[in-house]
Amino acid sequence: MTDRHTVQIDGVAVVVEAGATILDACRAGGVDVPTLCYLETLTPANACRLCSVEVEGSRTLVPACSRIAEDGMVVHTGSDRVRHARRMILEFLGAAVDLTTAPELLEAMAAYGADPSRYGAGGGSPRSSAVVDNDLYVRDLDKCVLCYRCVEACGDDAQHTYAITIADRGAGARVATEFDVALPDSACVFCGNCVAVCPTGALMVRTEFDMRAAGTWHEDVQTVTRTVCGYCGVGCNLDVHVQDGAIVKVTSPFDHDVTSGNLCIKGRFGWTHVRAGVDGS
Amino acid sequence: MFGAGGGTSSYEEIEHTDLIVLWGSNARAAHPIFFHHLLKGIDNGARMIAIDPRRTESAAWADLWLGLDVGTDIALANAVGREIIAAGLTNDDFIARATTGFDAYAEAVEPYTLEHAAELTGVPAEAIRELAHAYAKAPTAQLCWTLGITEHHNASDNVFALIDLALLTGHVGRYGSGLVPIRGQNNVQGGGDMGALPNKLPGFQDVADDDARRRFEEAWGCTVPAEPGWHLSQMFEAMERGDLRALYVIGENPAQSEADGTRARRALEGLDHLVVQDIFLTATAELADVVLPAGAAWAESEGTVTSSERRVQRVRRAVPPPGNARDDTDIIVDLARRLGHDWGHPSAEEVWDELRSLSPIHAGMSYRRLEELGGLRWPCRDEDDPGALFLHGRLWEDPPRGPKAPFTPVEHDPPKDELTDDFPIRLTTGRHLDSYNTGVQSGRYRSPRRTGGTIDLSPEDAASLGLAAGDRARITSRRGSVVAPVRIDRSLRPGLAFMAFHYPEDVDTNRLTLDEWDPKSGTAEFKATAVRIEKEA
Repeated sequence: MTDRHTVQIDGVAVVVEAGATILDACRAGGVDVPTLCYLETLTPANACRLCSVEVEGSRTLVPACSRIAEDGMVVHTGSDRVRHARRMILEFLGAAVDLTTAPELLEAMAAYGADPSRYGAGGGSPRSSAVVDNDLYVRDLDKCVLCYRCVEACGDDAQHTYAITIADRGAGARVATEFDVALPDSACVFCGNCVAVCPTGALMVRTEFDMRAAGTWHEDVQTVTRTVCGYCGVGCNLDVHVQDGAIVKVTSPFDHDVTSGNLCIKGRFGWTHVRAGVDGS
Repeated sequence: MFGAGGGTSSYEEIEHTDLIVLWGSNARAAHPIFFHHLLKGIDNGARMIAIDPRRTESAAWADLWLGLDVGTDIALANAVGREIIAAGLTNDDFIARATTGFDAYAEAVEPYTLEHAAELTGVPAEAIRELAHAYAKAPTAQLCWTLGITEHHNASDNVFALIDLALLTGHVGRYGSGLVPIRGQNNVQGGGDMGALPNKLPGFQDVADDDARRRFEEAWGCTVPAEPGWHLSQMFEAMERGDLRALYVIGENPAQSEADGTRARRALEGLDHLVVQDIFLTATAELADVVLPAGAAWAESEGTVTSSERRVQRVRRAVPPPGNARDDTDIIVDLARRLGHDWGHPSAEEVWDELRSLSPIHAGMSYRRLEELGGLRWPCRDEDDPGALFLHGRLWEDPPRGPKAPFTPVEHDPPKDELTDDFPIRLTTGRHLDSYNTGVQSGRYRSPRRTGGTIDLSPEDAASLGLAAGDRARITSRRGSVVAPVRIDRSLRPGLAFMAFHYPEDVDTNRLTLDEWDPKSGTAEFKATAVRIEKEA
């Protein structure tokens, strides 16, 4: 009978259910571990390694998000080796990718003293390679960190539409539709569940993209109100983001069991009737 | 069912069931997030069987698809029941302890042999047998349906035929086994909960129940009629007779959503007085004497709605209604005041608390609890009651509590709109993923997937009619005629055509449909129209 395991996290004993990950144990013990590709509603992709921790007896660092906690494991989350690895990961990302719309990563870079300029100019500075091929959402691969979250949300973990996956390998790897066609010509059903999980703004709803481009997107003054979708009878919870009295975006809470953060095209995008006719629209 | 006006199960149960039977439902398009839960069930190992005239994007996920002819659901269900009985797969313990009327049911379904049902439905006998055996043998099974079952002239009988199968096999009242009607509109369940039914008071209390009526009369200080009122289809008949002269329509667009739209429009035009309260000047509002501009409730009002899993959840105001538009409650209270009744200025929570004091199944649902718990499923009788994940567990208690569940034998009765040489093609209607009802709300965002109103034909029918994709076709029924571009759809079998009803400004599909309605529920037979299709010059 070992359905509970005791793990040492930075010297403190934490008890978790069998099957829990090291990340679960860290969070249960109140220890903060940064994550990027990990999301509670998705299968760990092990893509980013930002959550790497040191496990005594293990030759390499291990990803906390997917490594199952074992009884008696001794874990260090803040050792020099761990901090060094995380700083390198963040510097590589910062050198390769435009992180201007990824505030959490920018904070992590500051916290770890990451300096991407060591690797020369490149990412970091905003570029404009956004693909605007429809009215609902925009993709900008210069902001993509290849975390796989969108691929998983479109695939087995939620939507099961499989409209996108990683094309090519190595430095050429990128998220693409089948045969790299434009989104409206692809299998995409425009649920936006990929947008919802994107941590860097590489996928962005069109309203936010346009308002950012116009300099009118001000998250600090926006309100978010929880309500229920007005379309079918499933009862999806919506978080309605409002700026200056107008809806600017709709998302769904990840921690509500009806949607787990997912919506359909109507729930995420079908709200424009609320202001129709008001602004001359 | 069995006295409760709601589905038996919660969404989480479909993730953990052994067999999913999806009957007359294209949930992948019409209820996409419910389908996420269903897909989790499949990922967890459930088998899925789809029953639908069309091989829909939902049926594409099934292990077995039964492509029955439109309106033959009872023949199919009765054959499934007969096969379960004949093969000795009934749950005899459950039948004995929890049901009544088995013998009469067994006798009624006896003529529905697999071979006879195959002739009536067009489904191969072997496939019917497989459905029967799979359903009866599954440890747990969720039987889900939507409007493919209920938009028929015998809608209630269709539902009884499915309930009978759950009673035969004991697939109700247990975690993972249940009967699951998925609701088409965000608060159609809540409307019923609140007594927006001609024979019910809030909380599904019967208007004929003297005790229930007296409690409402005491709270409201007025007399409540003991006789049921009219449902929608009866109201339209009363309008045609001249018995109903004034109509107050809130948030509905019957000029475009009613079957046989020409007739419905004529009835609306013949009224002495029509008041429409809506968020836009809909086709119905254009006919009105008075239009009351309302807010979009889901984002501009406080209140609650009830979902398909009987879950009451809070709706909150994110933005104020624009211009002169007002909250529905404000309009109604103001109207009452002008009619001589001062109801004060109740908040949504005060209205809800009054409801809780009168409807025992909602009594435990305070706003505070709804907030903290992300909603509660009825029945929830006091503030310690966690609500009900599934209904009718009482049938499995020893001895079972409450009234037994009755078998209700029903007979196959084909669609009223007959196929003839003049009208040889069966038209069925339904929803597209990105659109909703008559498009009042959904028509106003720019969906890259929107196809507009089309007539969808099987490749075989299109070829024999000399029609190619994009050609304009005239579709004619016994009631009306519309023109629409042709779309070729391989999910359709020869003889079956499909249209959505989301784009009435371009293609007013309900000019074609037949207003033959179910005497018990008042639902019209939107799903079965006989049409002729010709190339339009």
